[in-house]
Amino acid sequence: MLWFILRRCGSAVLVLFLSSVLIFLGIRALPGDPATVMAGQEASPAAIEAIRKEFGLDKPLPAQYLDYVGQTLTGNFGRSTQDQLPVADILAERLPVTLELSLLAMLVAIVVGVGAGIVAAVRRGKLADYVATGFGLAGLSIPHFWLGLLGILLFAVTWRVLPASGYVPFTEDPAGNLQRMILPALVLGTGFAAILMRQTRSAMLGALSADYVRTARSKGLSEAKVVGAHALRNSLTTVVTVLGLQLGALISGAVVTEQIFVIPGFGKLTVDAVLTRNYPVIQAVVLVTVIGYVVVNLLVDIAYAFLNPRIRLSGGTRD
Amino acid sequence: MSLLEITDLKVGFDTEDGHVQAVRDISLTLDEGEILALCGESGCGKSVTAMSIPRLLPPATTRLTGSIRLDGRELTTLPEPEMRQVRGKTVSVVFQEPMTSLNPSFTVGYQITEVLRRHERLSRQAANQRAVELLELVGIPAPVRRMKEYPHQLSGGMRQRVMIAIAVACSPRVLIADEPTTALDVTIQAGVLDVFRDLRDRLGTAIILITHDLGVVADIADRAMVMYAGRAVEQAPVAELFARPRHPYTLGLMNALPSAAVNGRLAEIPGMVPSPLSDPDQCAFHDRCRFAQDDCRASRPPLERQGDDHLAACFHPGGQS
Amino acid sequence: MPMAGLVLVVAFVLLALLGPLVTGDPAAQDYLATLAPPSGAHPMGTDDLGRDAFARIAHGAQVSLQAGVLSTLLAMVVGIPIGLVAGFYRRWLDPIVMRLVDVTLAFPFLVFAVGLAAIIGPSLKGVVLALGFSQLPAIIRITRGEVLAVREMDYVAAAIADGAGDGHIIFRYVLPNCASPLIVQATVAIPAAIIGEATLSFLGLGVQPPTPSWGVMLTTAQQYLSDAPWLAIWPGLMIALATLGFNLLGDGLRDVLDPRSHR
Repeated sequence: MLWFILRRCGSAVLVLFLSSVLIFLGIRALPGDPATVMAGQEASPAAIEAIRKEFGLDKPLPAQYLDYVGQTLTGNFGRSTQDQLPVADILAERLPVTLELSLLAMLVAIVVGVGAGIVAAVRRGKLADYVATGFGLAGLSIPHFWLGLLGILLFAVTWRVLPASGYVPFTEDPAGNLQRMILPALVLGTGFAAILMRQTRSAMLGALSADYVRTARSKGLSEAKVVGAHALRNSLTTVVTVLGLQLGALISGAVVTEQIFVIPGFGKLTVDAVLTRNYPVIQAVVLVTVIGYVVVNLLVDIAYAFLNPRIRLSGGTRD
Repeated sequence: MSLLEITDLKVGFDTEDGHVQAVRDISLTLDEGEILALCGESGCGKSVTAMSIPRLLPPATTRLTGSIRLDGRELTTLPEPEMRQVRGKTVSVVFQEPMTSLNPSFTVGYQITEVLRRHERLSRQAANQRAVELLELVGIPAPVRRMKEYPHQLSGGMRQRVMIAIAVACSPRVLIADEPTTALDVTIQAGVLDVFRDLRDRLGTAIILITHDLGVVADIADRAMVMYAGRAVEQAPVAELFARPRHPYTLGLMNALPSAAVNGRLAEIPGMVPSPLSDPDQCAFHDRCRFAQDDCRASRPPLERQGDDHLAACFHPGGQS
Repeated sequence: MPMAGLVLVVAFVLLALLGPLVTGDPAAQDYLATLAPPSGAHPMGTDDLGRDAFARIAHGAQVSLQAGVLSTLLAMVVGIPIGLVAGFYRRWLDPIVMRLVDVTLAFPFLVFAVGLAAIIGPSLKGVVLALGFSQLPAIIRITRGEVLAVREMDYVAAAIADGAGDGHIIFRYVLPNCASPLIVQATVAIPAAIIGEATLSFLGLGVQPPTPSWGVMLTTAQQYLSDAPWLAIWPGLMIALATLGFNLLGDGLRDVLDPRSHR
């Protein structure tokens, strides 16, 4: 177990290192002097010079990289070229918004996806199965930004029951916050619910036909226990694996969803930064995304090990 | 009255290839403390017959008629909640596949105590204590440590014995054991059979032993039923069966035993089992039988008395013409 | 169901290849009919500049198809050799490659696309590169898996013992065996790339206006959602149908070509 976690940590550090090198080189691959790039097009020569000093851009590349890592570790990502605010402050403001959206969407996906998957497997070949399978295929095929537009069209434009866009922090107005977040969370969650539903269904079908489920039945256990404990427990590793594999897609999805619903989160920050060539922000959001991705993936791996006694007890790998 | 009485049991399955009739007109009785062996090649319907008793066949595709009475109570029409009281408590099963029949995600201890807590309403502590005793009973060393282990940490023989511990946990009145010794090596085999004998002697448990191994039958069973293509072709007390086998198929099975090998060669029964999709009115064994004559092809021989407590379904029992 | 998928896929390809020939100029502006609802002259209506939505849908199909096919091809051209090499030289290269594959398997492709768009500017080229990169791990995995499986087979082991060269093994045994799983993978990758292209273009990080792309069309549609809802319906519906087609076809192909997957 410990060995397993250590190995995963090792590969996480490897990814972080490679990503930081890529980001570092990426900024330097841009046409023009990196200091000018970081300061923005309209920056004064003095500002450019300050940046050059701060990040040591006149030193050789390896030294520059070390400086860059050092600055990053102390939370200095530079200043936004748009409003000259420290990038770290902007991130601190935007990240919670996206985290809330992602967690809500995840909640939707797990409740709807896993629930529907279990029902479809238990009621295999019945109406409920066809409904769930159809929903799964549709959810897989419909791009969620279109689903978002349709949602706005229906709930905000036609029926006028929900606001079309905007954001209120939860701490200021919890009801208003949820009212504005529910549609984006549903939109973002639907695609994942579909994927989870398909995987849960096929994992549950496999588990339900397994010998150990027959053993459970032969003990006289209730169907709820047979399905909910014996079959589901063995399907959960699949669910966790899928969650891990979909993590990247969730991050990508959040970016798009924020764009549609004009939510001032991390994703919107990313897109706006690219469109305005705000390189300090781009550099920071890419790095933060990678860190978030690596950390959550590590958590998924550990959860996976906990669910699977084979890995927990032997320290094996999952391939 | 017998403990278990099966009358005219017919079991079929709806499959993609059509209706498959797995069991045709099986009748049998089982007394308290009796060990009955169901023998035959794979696919002859012996497992299906046995699994019909606790109703462990897939309900959606299974078509079952006939009567199964346990202590005079009809099981085939028993409502499911009451049936769940029977399973694991009155009738329990040792499954054939020890490698896959235990849940890989739960500890051995959990899987044993689960059935105790369900039927005996034991506290966690009492159930744990009882489970350790059960592991001892089936001959697992260091049972306290094994309780916390997972199935993948156990050998096949160990797992099979855990299965048996689960099955005997609630002192069932009927124990169904599906090829319980096939996956085990000989020394462990003998130990498992001893556990069964002990259970029978102490609690009067009746055992249905499904096996294709006539050596095991001779070792432990009181009575045996030989099945072929879904039907019983011969039934007799074990001593009588081995002394005077009447049906040519039984004879063939005995010649296939290693101890009956001639010049070191096992006699095979030539030919193939007929398809379970069709059922013409003739002896199902005729095209593999060296005694078969025209009458075997013209109609199906009924299961008839061939002496005291000995039934066989053959027009030419023991090879007479 | 797989047949329905095939029909949808063929319809999508035909729309992309032949549609632009029958529809008018996707850039032609009709100032008298801006944001017009569907009619005889404009079966899918017109956008804010009076451009025919149907013509733009047909040309957009071409962009979609390009993004889907090119990115998948790119991933295969790069990924298959990497997978082959990793599978053949297990001792020293394989662990490194597989570690990298593992960690990039679920990497948010959008982050990569954002980086690319930042460096080379938003374009179809960037879209194809980003999408191709994101498909790479799966292709490498499949190819490597087949190499390992094929080398275990008796007749291949016999050929190796007979002194058959790596090249012979690769072309005679490994590649033919990779075909099935890679085709199945393509039915997963192409629809993902279609959605990916639309997503990036919708965000302004992909294909740039005035090039007609379904994603770009949806960007416009969002601004006129209450006045011209049909503008939002058509592109999204097309994406959904094309994707659904590939998904259905893929499910069917998987059952036929890949007996190992139990579904």
